[in-house]
Amino acid sequence: MADPKISAYYQTRMAHFGAVTNDWLAQAQSASAITTTPPPPSPPPTAATLSDPSHQKPSFSVIDEFNRWRKQPDLAEAVAAIRALAAVIRSSMATTMMQLEIELKSASDSLKSWDTTSISLTAACDLFMRYVTRTAALEYEDFNSAKSRLIERADKFGEISYTARKVIAMLSQDFIFNGCTILVHGFSRVVLEVLKLAAQNKKLFRVLCTEGRPDRTGLRLSNELAKLDVPVKLVIDSAVAYTMDEVDMVFVGADGVVESGGIINMMGTYQIAMVAKSMSKPVYVAAESYKFARLYPLDQKDLAPALRPVDFGVPIPSKVEVECSARDYTPPQYLTLLFTDLGVLTPSVVSDELIQLYL
Amino acid sequence: MDTRRAPRAVIDPKVRKVGFFAPPELSQPGLPDPIPLPSSSLSPVMIPPPRHSSENLLHHARPLAPTVPGASSVSIEGSVVAGGSYGSSSELFPAPMSPASSSYSSSRFVGGGDGDYCLNGAAVASPGRGGGKAATSFPRGGFESPAAKASSVPASGLTTVSVVNDSSLGIRGREKADNGGGSALEAKDQATNSKQKKDKTTKAERRALQEAQRAAKAAAKAEGNKASGTVTSGTAKPAKAIKPPHKVDNSSVAASEKKGCDRPPEKDRKKDVPQPRMQYDDESRVEKAKRRAVVKQTEARNRVELFRHLPQYEHGSLLPDLEAKFFQLDTVHPAVYKAGLQYLSGNISGSNARCIAMLQAFQDAIRDYRVPPEKTFVRDLTAKISSYVSFLIECRPLCISMGNAIKFLKTRIAKLPLTLSESESKASLHSDIERFINEKIILADKVIVKHAVTKIRDGDVLLTYGLSSAVEMILLHAHKLGKQFRVIIVDSRPQLRGKILLRRLVEKGLSCTYTQINALSYIMHEVTRVFLGASSVLSNGTVYSGVGTACVAMIAHSFRVPVLVCCEAYKFSERVQLDSICSNELGDPEVISKVLGREDVNYLDGWANTENLQLLNLIYDATPSDYISMIVTDYGMVPPTSVPVIVREYRREQLWI
Repeated sequence: MADPKISAYYQTRMAHFGAVTNDWLAQAQSASAITTTPPPPSPPPTAATLSDPSHQKPSFSVIDEFNRWRKQPDLAEAVAAIRALAAVIRSSMATTMMQLEIELKSASDSLKSWDTTSISLTAACDLFMRYVTRTAALEYEDFNSAKSRLIERADKFGEISYTARKVIAMLSQDFIFNGCTILVHGFSRVVLEVLKLAAQNKKLFRVLCTEGRPDRTGLRLSNELAKLDVPVKLVIDSAVAYTMDEVDMVFVGADGVVESGGIINMMGTYQIAMVAKSMSKPVYVAAESYKFARLYPLDQKDLAPALRPVDFGVPIPSKVEVECSARDYTPPQYLTLLFTDLGVLTPSVVSDELIQLYL
Repeated sequence: MDTRRAPRAVIDPKVRKVGFFAPPELSQPGLPDPIPLPSSSLSPVMIPPPRHSSENLLHHARPLAPTVPGASSVSIEGSVVAGGSYGSSSELFPAPMSPASSSYSSSRFVGGGDGDYCLNGAAVASPGRGGGKAATSFPRGGFESPAAKASSVPASGLTTVSVVNDSSLGIRGREKADNGGGSALEAKDQATNSKQKKDKTTKAERRALQEAQRAAKAAAKAEGNKASGTVTSGTAKPAKAIKPPHKVDNSSVAASEKKGCDRPPEKDRKKDVPQPRMQYDDESRVEKAKRRAVVKQTEARNRVELFRHLPQYEHGSLLPDLEAKFFQLDTVHPAVYKAGLQYLSGNISGSNARCIAMLQAFQDAIRDYRVPPEKTFVRDLTAKISSYVSFLIECRPLCISMGNAIKFLKTRIAKLPLTLSESESKASLHSDIERFINEKIILADKVIVKHAVTKIRDGDVLLTYGLSSAVEMILLHAHKLGKQFRVIIVDSRPQLRGKILLRRLVEKGLSCTYTQINALSYIMHEVTRVFLGASSVLSNGTVYSGVGTACVAMIAHSFRVPVLVCCEAYKFSERVQLDSICSNELGDPEVISKVLGREDVNYLDGWANTENLQLLNLIYDATPSDYISMIVTDYGMVPPTSVPVIVREYRREQLWI
């Protein structure tokens, strides 16, 4: 059976968080070879890689820069893209605002085309463009001062995105109380951050972790949580309804937050949210604000497909089809609150924020 | 009269009194309170007993033709008192308080002088409105205050109108301005109306009229409740004469705050004429009215109780009437007149089409406008536009999009720099209107189409209801892009507008299914998407659209079919409406009773003669936001909860600019 097309986004995630496979090891090795570069912004290699060809061949260098950032497992892909775009501005040789914007646009397009199925990447690029160019600085006569203002805003956006996780972790502390049981699904670094901070604050809680097939990301998450001395219990995906009675709240991350206020997340989130809602358990979503996308799916099939192969462990007859979609859409009525770096929001606020930014 | 008064003493639960009321006004007809208060001493917040209000009225009332004794409604608590209190101002109120006029009439008198048309209560009610028009009649202020009840009644506006001319009360005006003074007030109004006589007609004339009206009113009074609206047939007629001026005022007010203020909870605005034929008696008055209503409409009979607060007319004689007058009108620009006729006859319908027609008519009117010598351009033009708007309202009540467009136009007029010359100002306004039409309607439609076609996939079955210009464009564009889908058009009587859409789509080669709305639940299981148009979207996400839309959305929701509403952003309104009753438009009930092409279906012939049969033809309904999945606007695809955000964000930047 031919391998269905795997979206690069999920390849990355699999590489970063999936079960340990050979591919992962290989990638990890290549990653470790390059992770000597320091994470903080504007590292020296930026100048080196983006010296001359930056404005002549921005796509090339942007992707490079992007890949460089992306190698760090802790950094969200979107943040890497934002940093890369900020680097584009910094190293741009354009002399007029129009030229700069064109460069940015083409850099952003190339980044988006690198993986068309990644919602947060697309959203982050778009938001970055809007945020950066939506400033009165563009009306300044002096190009250089306008450009430095753009760089300021770009860096600020990068910072915000980078520290978004910490802000979200802080905001969600109030919602975790002693003795609570939290159900988590999929490996979300944001949710991990939240739970880490709660554990550090000496809160007593326990976590039910779904297996998260086919990625088996739940296994990795349970590993991490065990390291924090948080009591973890693994449940298979089908046992969610069975265990929902003892759960106090559901915590999930998001691949993207859409305009209706719903989220797009790993396959299985919709089902968990539905069960939680029918049993009146709150569903909390931890998502950074750069994940707000201008999509509006009406149903599950309205999304751009993102496929990932499902390994059943045994060979499957060729005439049997396999549902390979990697993510699903959870409508806003099943979600209780969104924890974002903009604050604790209700799902309807997403559209407000997008309107304010885009219009 | 006393018998008539009794029902009125009971405060109609539907009537809500707003503002200050003198508590015992209704219940103690015999309460004597002989302290006459000069009207001037009464501040608006004072709540004098009814008697005093009559004093005030007397004080302020202009000399009115002596109304028939009955007519003078200001009977405070009985004719005796009335007599006493009015003694001093007898010349002012020639008509003694009619017994009929209940105690409330005194409060009613806010309107003062206008005697007949006393805006029955309703008029009294609107202090705000009254202020404007009061110029013509007595100083309303005096009346407003005394009528504790009156103060609450927003119908003051009406009063002004009535005052202007002879007693004929612009009922219509009143209706519009009627902010629902308590019914009690209204009842009083009737009484007071009789008191207030127009100075234009002779006393005898008026008295005769009052008598006639009073008789009619007595007959009509049986139903009680919103008495005010009716001003009792008698007043109604005089009200009509006043109507035009009142209307103008009202229309401007109405135009600007159409949604909320115009329809106070208790609207007895609507003329409550029990004997429609009575109205024709006042031809002379109507003619005499200064700015006579261009459109003369008669009261409909057999009005549905629940919707008494909405204007309803018998549409029969209107159109030929207006057509005949086409060349006689000098107060209304021919382009506006033409637009009004087109609305009336139904040639132009649909909120986009009506709005564009209105704006283009205004463009012509502005182009031909010349500033009169001693007036300022801005103010005079604004007044002129307001008068046009009131004419259009008479033809057919405004829809929300038109209201927004009028607000836009008035804002632009007000913002004209004073340094511009007349022709430059006119050119600037012309281009503003042009830009508004282009950006907010035509281009907006293009953007909506662009967004919405992304939601149509191959193999879809799309359902739409009625005829919406935006939905039609979407379907045609999707077909042009080569998408494979089929359309189900749901239609409903009496207008059967879906047939027009059906014809247009079939011509272009789309495969369509046509059905009536009673088959909706039968057909909904095949549907994958529902596309609806909207007349407006309100601030709480409620979609205000043609009647039947709510049904379609509700059934789609129960079948878990996504509902997409396509609406340009200029139609968004700050209003909030929870049901379809408080504000709506009533159409001609005759069309319900007849089925086109089916002469044998004549069971409802002569329905108007049946006492307990009322036909209701609603034009709009309100769809709650829970049933809506998405609203497609020129600002993108937004959830219904984001409509107030758009309104807020862009109102700051002049949403309609």
